Formats: sequence, C-alpha cells, structure tokens
Amino acid sequence: MRSLRPLLLALALLPSPRASGLDAAAVEGLGAEDSEEKIAAIRALVREGDPATLGLLKALSEEALAVSGGRVLRLDGERAFDAATGAEVVPAPPDRETVTVNNRVRRELEGAMAALRLLDPDPGVRLTAARELGDADDPELAPLLERALARETQADVRSILSLIAARSNLHSPDPSVRRGAVRALASSSDRAVVGLLQGSLDAAAEPDGGVREEARASLRLVESRLAAADVAGRLFSGISLGSILLLAALGLAITYGVMGVINMAHGELLMVGAYSAYVVQEAFARFFPHATEWYPVAAIPVGFGAAFAVGIAMERTVIRLLYGRPLETLLATWGLSLVLIQCARTFFGPNNVQVPNPSWMSGGIALAAGIVLPSNRIVIIAFSLGVLAVVWILLNRTRLGLFVRAVTQNRAMAGCVGVPTGRVDAMAFGLGAGIAGLGGVALSQIANVGPEMGQGYIVDSFLVVVLGGVGQLAGAVWAALALGVASKFLEASAGAVIAKILLLGIVVVVIRKRPQGLFAPKGRTAEG
Amino acid sequence: MMPILTAPTAPRRAAFARAASPGVVDETHDVILYLEGITVTFDGFRALNQLTLHIEVGELRCVIGPNGAGKTTMMDVVTGRTRPDRGAAFFGQNLDLTELSETEIALAGIGRKFQKPTVFERHTVRENLELALKGDRRVRRVLLGGLGSEDEGRIDGMLRRIHLAGEDSREAGLLSHGQKQWLEIGMLLVQEPQLLLLDEPVAGMTDEETERTAELIRSLAETHSLVVVEHDMAFIAQLGGRVTVLHEGSVLAEGSLDEVQENPRVIEVYLGR
Amino acid sequence: MAPRKSLAVRVLESTPRAGWLALGAFSLLFLGVLPALHLFTPAASRLHVSDLVITVGGKIMCYAVVAVALDLVWGYAGILSLGHGLFFALGGYAFGMYLMRSIGHEGVYQSDLPDFMVFLDWKKYPWFWTGTDHFLWALALVLVVPALLAFVFGLFAFSSRVRGVYLSIITQALTYAGMLFFFRNETGFGGNNGFTDFKRVLGFPITAPSTRAVLFMLSAALLGGTLVLGRYLVTSRVGRVLAAIRDEEPRVRFLGYDPLWYKLFVWTLSATLCAAAGALYVPQVGIINPSEMSPANSIEIAIWVAFGGRGTLVGPVLGASLVNLAKSWFTVAFPEVWPFFLGLLFILITLLLPRGVVGLATRLRRPRRPA
Repeated sequence: MRSLRPLLLALALLPSPRASGLDAAAVEGLGAEDSEEKIAAIRALVREGDPATLGLLKALSEEALAVSGGRVLRLDGERAFDAATGAEVVPAPPDRETVTVNNRVRRELEGAMAALRLLDPDPGVRLTAARELGDADDPELAPLLERALARETQADVRSILSLIAARSNLHSPDPSVRRGAVRALASSSDRAVVGLLQGSLDAAAEPDGGVREEARASLRLVESRLAAADVAGRLFSGISLGSILLLAALGLAITYGVMGVINMAHGELLMVGAYSAYVVQEAFARFFPHATEWYPVAAIPVGFGAAFAVGIAMERTVIRLLYGRPLETLLATWGLSLVLIQCARTFFGPNNVQVPNPSWMSGGIALAAGIVLPSNRIVIIAFSLGVLAVVWILLNRTRLGLFVRAVTQNRAMAGCVGVPTGRVDAMAFGLGAGIAGLGGVALSQIANVGPEMGQGYIVDSFLVVVLGGVGQLAGAVWAALALGVASKFLEASAGAVIAKILLLGIVVVVIRKRPQGLFAPKGRTAEG
Repeated sequence: MMPILTAPTAPRRAAFARAASPGVVDETHDVILYLEGITVTFDGFRALNQLTLHIEVGELRCVIGPNGAGKTTMMDVVTGRTRPDRGAAFFGQNLDLTELSETEIALAGIGRKFQKPTVFERHTVRENLELALKGDRRVRRVLLGGLGSEDEGRIDGMLRRIHLAGEDSREAGLLSHGQKQWLEIGMLLVQEPQLLLLDEPVAGMTDEETERTAELIRSLAETHSLVVVEHDMAFIAQLGGRVTVLHEGSVLAEGSLDEVQENPRVIEVYLGR
Repeated sequence: MAPRKSLAVRVLESTPRAGWLALGAFSLLFLGVLPALHLFTPAASRLHVSDLVITVGGKIMCYAVVAVALDLVWGYAGILSLGHGLFFALGGYAFGMYLMRSIGHEGVYQSDLPDFMVFLDWKKYPWFWTGTDHFLWALALVLVVPALLAFVFGLFAFSSRVRGVYLSIITQALTYAGMLFFFRNETGFGGNNGFTDFKRVLGFPITAPSTRAVLFMLSAALLGGTLVLGRYLVTSRVGRVLAAIRDEEPRVRFLGYDPLWYKLFVWTLSATLCAAAGALYVPQVGIINPSEMSPANSIEIAIWVAFGGRGTLVGPVLGASLVNLAKSWFTVAFPEVWPFFLGLLFILITLLLPRGVVGLATRLRRPRRPA
C-alpha cells in the first residue's frame, strides 16, 4: 500500500486530533479541479487526524461532495452541508458541481480512509483497518503504528499492529531498533512471526550478531507457545472425539456387559438418534419457527425414545431368541443393520440431510495462534458428561441399576435370588440403545447425517468396549478418552489412515496383556 | 524356538515354547511328591497354611477334610495351576513344581482327574483316548504320523480296563456319569503318569460303580503312586492306604483310617465344637 | 511310529464313497461338460453356455473356496474370523499386480507404468512391485504374503487369551485397517480404484472364451481340491485335536497340546486357500479394489458358512452359492430396496437355521432318535 506511507507518516506527526472544525483550506482543496490538489488536500486532512475527516472522505469517494461558489458542500439527498463547518446551507445552492474522483485520487482516498480508521473509536472498525494493513512492512509506518499502539486498548488490534510495527522495524537500518523489534515479537502468538524471525537468523540477511541472538531466543519462545497451543487444540479435539466415542460406546458396553451381545446394528441406533434430531429440527422449523433455537433440547428425549423403542424391538424379536449364542447374535444383528439402513434410505432418501446448529452452538472460542474451539463441540462434551452422570446415577442408585449390575456380574445367581433377568435384559438393551440415540443426536450437530453414518462408528465403539472392559463405567470412559486423544495426536503426525492402523495395533497389544480390558472385574470369577 | 514376546504371567511360562520335556523324575529316594511349608493366599484368604506332605513312590494316599480345607488348592499347586506364595514343592528329587508350566508338569508324569468329568463330548470314546495317548504333541508329528498298531493296542487294552470296550465308537457325551468318570481315568492312564491325583473320583456314582472304581484304583496302586481326595468314607475304607486329614490349609492328622477316625481333634473338626 | 497306511490311502478313505461320487459328477460337469458347451457350441444354440454363466460360475466357485476355508477355522477350530476377506483380497491384489504388468503399453497413457501410477505422477515402480511381471513370482506372492500376514496376526491373537467375540471384533478391525490402507493412493495399489482394465494373462487375452473357460476350470479344480484336502484334514488326528480345541481348549492344553500351533496351522492354511481363490477371482471379474476388504464383505462370508451349515465343509459351498445367487436375484428384482431383503435373509437364517441348510437336510432325512 504505497499510497499509505505518506499518509501514515502524516498521521504520526500529529500529537492528537483536533476536536472541532476541519482546516478550511484543506477542505477547499478537496473541491479543486486538479487531481494533485485533491490529493494534497486529502493528505493535509489526514495529517490533521480528525476522525470526522473520514465521513468527508467517504462522501468524496461516493461523489457526494459538490462545489458551489468556491465552497465545498457535502450533499445528503437534497440537503447541503458546509464541508468544513458541518452547518447546513439553506437553501441548497442549485448551481453546485459534483466533485469527481479519478482512479489515482480514489486509491489515495482508500488509503487515507484505512489509516484514519485506525483511530476510530469503534474497536471493530479499528480491527478491520488493522487487518487491511495486512502484510505491510514499511519502516515508515512504524512511528504511526507506535502511536496507534500507544492509544490502542483492544488486544486483538494491538497484536496485529504490534506485529506490523515489528515487521517494519525489522528492516530498520538501526540494529538497536531491529533488536527491539525482535524482542517485541517474542510475545507474539501469531504463526506468521515464525517465518519472520527465521529470516533474522541467517547471517546474510541479518548482519548484527546481537540481533541474531535475540531472534533465536524469541523464536524459541514463540515456537514453544505455538506448540503449546497446538497441543491444546489437539487435546481438545481428542477430548471432543472421546466424548462422542463415549456416547457411542457406552450403550454397547452396557448391552455387552449384561447380555454378552455384540450388536452389529449399534451404529444404526446412532443413526436413529441423528435422524430423530433431523425430524425434530424440521418440525420446529415448520410448526414452531420462533423456537427453532431450542430444538436440540426437544431432540434429546425424542432421540432417546426412538432409539430405545428400536432397541427394545430388536431385543424382543431377534436377540432374545439367540440368547447364549453370541456369534449368531453378531450375524443376525448384522442383518438387522442392513434392514435399518435400508429403512432410513427409503424414508429419508440416500443422501445426507442437513441438520443446522442453533445459533448458541455456532461459532467458537478463539485461543491464541488461530486455534478455535468450536462451541458445538464444547456443548457436546458437556452433554456427554451429563449423560454419563445420569447413567451412573441410574446404574448405582436405582433398583434397575442394581439388577443390571447383578446380572452383569453373575447372571445365574441373580436369577436365583429373584432378579427378573428377562425384563432386565430388555431394559438394559433399551437403555444402551437409548444412549446410542443420544450419541446420534450429538453427532447430528457436528457430522453428516445419512443412512450409513453408523457404519463409521461401529469399529471404534467396539474397540472402546474391548479396551475398557465391561462391568465398570470407568472403563468405557477412560478407553473412549484414550482412543479419542491418541487418535487425534497420531493423526497429526502420521495421517488418518496410519493412525487408525496404529490404534488397532495398540488395542491388540493391550488386550494381550489384559484380555478382559483395562478395567477388568477383579478377583476370581467363575470361568465364563 | 525362542519366545519373541514376554510371556504371560504364571502359571504358563513361555507361550511360544513348544511343550518341552522337562526331564525324567528321579524316583530313587522313595519320595515321589514332596510339599514343604506351602502357603497360598487369595485376596487375604489363606487357602493353604504351611502345608507339609510327603507321598512315597507306589503309595496310595487318601486326603480328606471338610470343604474349604484346601484339598483342591493343594492339587492346583501340584499341577502348576496355582503358584504358592511360599514353600517348596518337588516331584521326585529333582523337578521343582513351582517353576514348571502346567503342560510341562503334565508331560513330566503327573496326571490329574478333576471333580467334574471333562471328556470331549463330541468325540467318541476311542478318539478321547487317542487324544490323551502319550506321544509327541507337536503339529508336525501329529500331522504326518498316524497311529501305529502298538498305540491301537494300548487303547484297546485301556478300553477293557475301564469297562468301556463295547462303547468305543459312542460319543462321549452320551455316556453315563460313571462311565464318563472312567473314561477320564482312562484318558489319564494312557498318558502314562507316575503320579495320579484323583479329585473325588466317585462323586455321583452308584454303589456298583463305586465298587468297580475302587477295584480299578487298587489295581493301579501296584504300578503308580496315587493321591485320592474323597468324602465318601466307605470308599476310602475300600481303598485302604494312609489317610491325611486337611483342615484350614494344613495337615491336621495322618495315619490309617481307623487311627484318624479316632483322633479327637479330627472328631472335633468334623463334628463341630 | 510307522504310519499304518500311506497318505494316498488315507486321503482316499477320508471322504465317504458318496462324496467321491459327487466329486466325480462335479468334475465331469465343471471340468468337462460346461466348458465344452461354452467353447464348442455356437452362441445361438440352446445348449450354449454363455459368458455370463462361465464368469458368474467361476466367481461363485472362488467364493465357495473362501467359505470352505472359513469353515475350517470356524466350524472345526472354533475361530470365527470376520476378516477373511482380507486374505482373499490380498491374493487378488498380488495376482492383480501381475495382470497390471501384463497390460504393457496398452493402458490409457501408453506407458510402461500402470495408468494409476502415471496419474499420480510416479516415475517408477515402488520396490514391492519388483518381479511382478514374472508369473511365478506373482504366484509366490499370492501364496506367501497373505499366509505370512495371517501367521503373524495369528501369533499375536491366539497366544493372547482373547477369545470368542472379542477375537472376531479384532479380525474385523484388521480387515478394516487393511481397507483403509489400500484406499490410500500413496500405498501404491491403485487407491480406491484398485486394479482394472486387464488385457491378458500368461499371454492369453483375458476376455477370450478359452481363457475364461480355463479360469473356470481352474476354479472348479481349486474347489474340488479344497474339499478333498479339507475332508482329509478334519478326519485326521490334527482335525480331532482341532475339534477338541474348539470344544474344550483348557482341557486340550492340559493334555499337553499347545493349541497355538494347531490354530496357527489351520489358520495359515485357510488364509492361503483364500488367497489362491482371490487370485483366480480377479482375472474372472476383471477388477480388484479395496472394497473387497470391507468389514461387510467378511461378515457376508460368515453368513455363507452359517447358511450352508457350519462344520460340514459341503454346507459352506451351498451357502456361498445360494446366498450369492439370491443376492443377484434380489438386486435385479428389487433394485431400490434389495439390502432390506438381504438383511432379512440374514436374520431369518441365523434364527431359523442354526445348523444351516445341511443341518436342515440332515434333520429331515434322519428320523428322530428315540429319547
């Protein structure tokens, strides 16, 4: 932005903007015929640094300035105002001539306006202006930037301005200035700074040894900060993935623990929950448009209920009949999975459907270095913790939970003491299915919803159950977290596919050591 | 073949090593089984408490005791299924039972018959015996070598001995309970063990079957060393031999059946305080 | 211990006479009549056996081999593998490499390298492609690589105490990982497109009727041989040990057998048979891609075995044939919703036919035993 330079320089020379009135001569110059004069006038105005100039320059760029009898007027519809004083001229002179701008003047105008916006009282405007300055690295900008920085209170604007200031200072002929710039950059968490500092490490580019030393130290600081932010970001992704795996696998852990059933249609229960959320969202959009923000709240019981119902149906019709034959159950539930997928395809079509996030789940929290923690994932993490808590209470503080735990540990004995194992089986299966449904509701907010969406989660859910063992919720929690975090960290270094393969390998190795999973029931149990 | 991964924990020692021949037991000093100060604790419960027991070569020893006395755990220690926390266990003079794996102990010559008959239900009687027959267990051998006429002869002889000669092509799952017990004893015998551990061999048998079993065991006593755990006093009387009474994990009394039955401490333990 | 009878005699005795008769009829039909009718009758004639029949027939016979291979490990050794499709596909890929090489310069890009490599801007073959232009080396790869993978995996899996459903899940994960790996373009096997557009095998054009007929006959021969081998194995001592391991593994260990090596033996043999089937499958279908390794495929193989009758060797052949024919029929009759019927079929099979078709036939033939 070459045209910016003199303007910014001009701004820098000014101690403070004038409060009232604009320099009449300068304003008059705006109405001049000659482009050079217009440009000089623009610069003079910028030198004054009055933010009110912005409106004037904007008017000029919109060709809303006119000249009448040597006086420059700002036009507003049919009304005219004195450009210098702002007073209205009544009546609006009929002989006014619009002030025209050619491309050169226009360029100058744009630069001037951007520069002036750096001093705008509105921080949003300042931020945009700062961003527009972009990669500017001209040393002449430095004084202005320092001045803007001195007044600047907003953190994000500050960081951009200091970056630009430092960048421009890096090319300063004075080594002490350069050293100061390098030192200032140490506190940055902007990724672009790394490249900048690396430029100063090379003896050919940077002759001063002291500056190089400083650059090295600063680089180390910035890189470690960036690395920490990276790790934080990845950790968050891992926890987010872990929370989803938990919801997906918790239900499976319960059904497997109680009945020894590996349900290959488990992914489809997730799908049922996701489609429930879709239906609820559509219903809200159609019937309660003023309340669409709250559809997820309604989707929770609907998703649970739908999956619960499907689960009970599965249990009553197929799984109960194959009790005691886990391998056959596996195969039959695979058939169920095909049927359910086809049902979804028939009712909802083969393509993915859109389930938009409500506004309170959109956006995210920005961390340093451009890492953003999406709000929808934060909500989902909280949601899974909530579900976990409810399930824990259910299993440990209710009668049903007591029965479920009894049957998990020793079915025969539980039956002997009067626990209705058949009913417990159905309830437990329904509960597991319902939790999967909740997982599907959560998934609908962050992933694509389609008939085959469940297939991608089966293998992972199984790995969580295999790794975490059954009989204790803690197992599923730790396994889900471990797999989620490990997955994200491996992905970053090895790519998604290799990460998956490695994870499989790790699970196999862990299982060798502890075939009952990480959280195996302790003590001597009857051989299963 | 060297194990390429660390072995799982006790009792199996080397998962990849082929079932080895741990050596021949030294029987020259008359003691075939030697347990000294064996202590086994499970989660705080002391199953065996300084148990000391010697079985001589060719002896028939009966072990009795109330439930929970440690009889099964003692057998577990001898066969390598459980490792003692303390104490020494030797087969003959030279084989340390606390160091060998279950398979190695079985191949060294200790045979155990469990309380519940665990024959292979879907295999025939003959096939059961064939599986148990002493011989090289490696895949290569089994794949390429068939059964010689000598082996078939041994199986035929054993079938006669265990009163199952006419049932050799019947599925083992279809035998009566008593017959299954005999089959299992037969499977034990074709392994040609030197020491047999029989855990309640007549549980669930009719009187007639019990008598036949006593006869079988007595005939074995001539060529093998035997330890029989039982509750049935009549059966023990039929067997003869020394009796050891276990109580709360250690030896309470030892002697002939009569001596033991008259021992006041034994009476107290069995009849209550 | 001197073997009582020679190997040939024992093999002969392992299959009952009815079996040999059936095998004879099968050979006559599939190694003689059908190929002859395909090659030597004019297309218009009613006796003519079409291309479609030959290719589909060959394909189904390859599937049948895989089903028998799975039955060996599942029905006779108790290991439910839900990843056998991986070995099948690997055999297919290994032979596919040879077929890709045989395309020569006739690909789209007219280059030495296969089209997909040119597309990826590769300049030469990756190291694992060396020698794949030689038929014998490719054959060696087909037989050795999947077997090696199976061996290593088996070593890990069987020496741990993982059993039952957990083991099945691990095999699913294995084939899933394989599929993901082969989907990557960088892996060097054609990415998600795989290998296709084959031109010739051993110099013979791949679509010529005679080539098709030969492949058909080879598939039939492989199936026949697999059945004979399987029958010999399961009636042998090794088979009895395996059955014992399936029924009561701890007891077998207690008898002094190491189940690991027995399982590894049958597992690796099974994988090799699958790989051979895969190698015959690929030239007949004309394409191999990573979806052959999908978890769903491997589960289908288990369904074939369950449908036909686990532990019967012949049952899986029936199962593979019937299910695949049914599937072809469903896709034509209900093009929109055929998975629904397939799924329903799976459910009904497992619910109503626990012993499969063969079990049903046996029950119907034999009167009920007196209680």
